[in-house]
Amino acid sequence: MNEIELYEMLKKIQEPKGYFFSKDEERVLDLLKALLLNKERYGYMCCPCRLASGDRKQDEDIICPCRYRSQDVEEYGSCYCNLYVSKQWNETEGPHPYVPERRPLSKLPY
Amino acid sequence: MPPIKLYTLSTCSHCKNTKKFLNDYGVNYKFIDVDLLPGAEQTSMIEEVKKYNPNCSFPTILIGDRVIVGFREKEIREALNL
Repeated sequence: MNEIELYEMLKKIQEPKGYFFSKDEERVLDLLKALLLNKERYGYMCCPCRLASGDRKQDEDIICPCRYRSQDVEEYGSCYCNLYVSKQWNETEGPHPYVPERRPLSKLPY
Repeated sequence: MPPIKLYTLSTCSHCKNTKKFLNDYGVNYKFIDVDLLPGAEQTSMIEEVKKYNPNCSFPTILIGDRVIVGFREKEIREALNL
């Protein structure tokens, strides 16, 4: 699967749930490519913006879509990576707020 | 110009944007893609990052004595007088 196929597949699943790909298509495709790379590296699509431990169980909360996406999209309009955003985020011209890391320190495996 | 060091991930969009931003201004910097380091080297690099940013999130940016966590353009501009 390439990043364009992944885009089409995820779009169908995520849009009805209210999660849209950012309109910055170049960034989105780059992130999707990184997800595919992480799948090869670790065996699962770990968040490209976080350091994976390589242990699926420890990384469970940061497998895309991560456990923090819903809170981040609700509060900031975007997930941590700016991959998934709200409809409003795409309809608003930037600059958008920077989404801070929400993953608690206690979850860090290192 | 104070020395600049970036702790980054090769896959991270914010890290890429930080590098692009500095490149666009022709600013020299050192960077380490922590995800690409082999086991033991990565472990010791994680400890180094945590000294500056206990969350060990990326990018962690050192500009002189200043630590900036994330691609926070305004703060980077201020630190570099851009």
